[in-house]
Amino acid sequence: MDTSAFQAWVHEASLLITEHASRLTDLDAAIGDGDHGINLRRGFQAADEMIEKSESETDTPGAVLRTVGRALISKTGGASGPIYGTGFRQAGKALGDVTDVDAVLLGSALEAAFNGIQQLGAAHLGDKTLLDALGPAVTAYQVAVEDGGDIVAATRAAADAAERGLAETIPMLARKGRASYLGERTIGHEDPGAASTALIMRALATVAAGEAS
Amino acid sequence: MKKLINEPEGVLNDALVGFAAANPDLVVNLEDRYISRGPTAGKVALVSGGGSGHEPLHGGFVGYGMLDAACPGEVFTSPVPDQMLAATKAVDGGAGVLHVVKNYTGDVLNFQMAAELAGDDGLQVESVLVNDDVAVENSTYTAGRRGTGGTVFVEKIAGAAAERGADLAATAAVAREVNDRSRSFGIALSANVIPATGKPGFELGDTEIELGVGIHGEPGRARGQVSTARELAGVALDAIHSDMPLSGDVLVMVNGLGGTPLIELYVVYAAVSEWLEGHGATITRNLVGNYITSLEMAGCSITVARMTPELTELWDAPVQTPALRWGR
Repeated sequence: MDTSAFQAWVHEASLLITEHASRLTDLDAAIGDGDHGINLRRGFQAADEMIEKSESETDTPGAVLRTVGRALISKTGGASGPIYGTGFRQAGKALGDVTDVDAVLLGSALEAAFNGIQQLGAAHLGDKTLLDALGPAVTAYQVAVEDGGDIVAATRAAADAAERGLAETIPMLARKGRASYLGERTIGHEDPGAASTALIMRALATVAAGEAS
Repeated sequence: MKKLINEPEGVLNDALVGFAAANPDLVVNLEDRYISRGPTAGKVALVSGGGSGHEPLHGGFVGYGMLDAACPGEVFTSPVPDQMLAATKAVDGGAGVLHVVKNYTGDVLNFQMAAELAGDDGLQVESVLVNDDVAVENSTYTAGRRGTGGTVFVEKIAGAAAERGADLAATAAVAREVNDRSRSFGIALSANVIPATGKPGFELGDTEIELGVGIHGEPGRARGQVSTARELAGVALDAIHSDMPLSGDVLVMVNGLGGTPLIELYVVYAAVSEWLEGHGATITRNLVGNYITSLEMAGCSITVARMTPELTELWDAPVQTPALRWGR
């Protein structure tokens, strides 16, 4: 994937999140404070705009992702800003200055995003957070690459796994963030952060397959 | 949704424009989104912030003897590190900056990033976490105790210490002491409505109340039934007392959550006074009114701080802010 593919990923993610903003907000209203879709839409639209405006500075895939990270931190607010921002920044750092990212390197970047978010939020798998979608996605991606899959197959495997991971958050009890105060009342609901992560991974698979809108 | 607003997405900006017009002695930076005074050379600066919808917190507490700057986020959404960094730089008087952070995941993460960025720029920043809400019992499996009414006490008393020339470490120590000595418990009679969604944040039946509610409508310990003010004050104070035994001199705040008339807050205050007297505690200072609200939520929170003569003296020190002023 080259720089323009990464720009396309951000654009596609922004479109998907905008399209699903009210669903994300409804999920958050059920177990959080009902602003996830609103905040993330603001953040991703800002990230998309910032990339369009600063084309000269975002001339490598890593620079694109680092810029996205900064934009999300600057514009999103709430917990999602620092969390997603850190994920994209760490992924961007893992890519370094490489201009064409192969399947193996993208896998390291996804893993770096997972580790960065895990460290920042101190959440564990099973706590009903976005990690429950991102973790399975990273694993599925790496398994697909080890099995000889290309970037198209691996990102598709990752997106599918993120969606399965999202479904698996339904019976979980939230232990992090504002949802944690609801305790058992969070059981039976999808986690909004896992839902947005599934959208971002789906956007990546769509772009990798050359099917972006 | 019936609200006195223009467009839902413009609420914060419109409110800040109004706040600026009403308080010409303060700086309202609409671009970077912060409210400030100063800087005051040689004084430790206090910066706080958080989601909007809790007014007068925090912007209403910017002024002499209290905060130097406040960073308002979108309604119930933490502000971003850029705002905090801009505010921190604007008010730094060369003696360091204390960030007063309420314990919510978003606030904690964003302030943490702002403090790191400020440190990179050579500024001296310390952070104090406020987590006074006793309603959260299971801190191991949650994001921990929330910062609520104790925030007002922390900002007032640490602000007074800074005004008197305490250095950064001493100001932070006072702030932590006040937090350690403060406990809160909230009760909601009705839900709030976030302008951007237009829907109630949670559902309460006609006779239901939420015992231990958080300032965004987070659930507390239990759903209860409407009861007398005397009984509900007892529930709140029992919860506080079993967490931190109350005796000696106390500072008490009976705080309206936004949709409860003052006359009811005084009814509650009478019950609180009676309860505390019966348990051997003496109210030496008090606040009754709307200081940390939750949009139009009806209900109140009760905050009690066990005072020392030193803390009472700092409480009495002059303060001149839009929402709290005396002695000057």
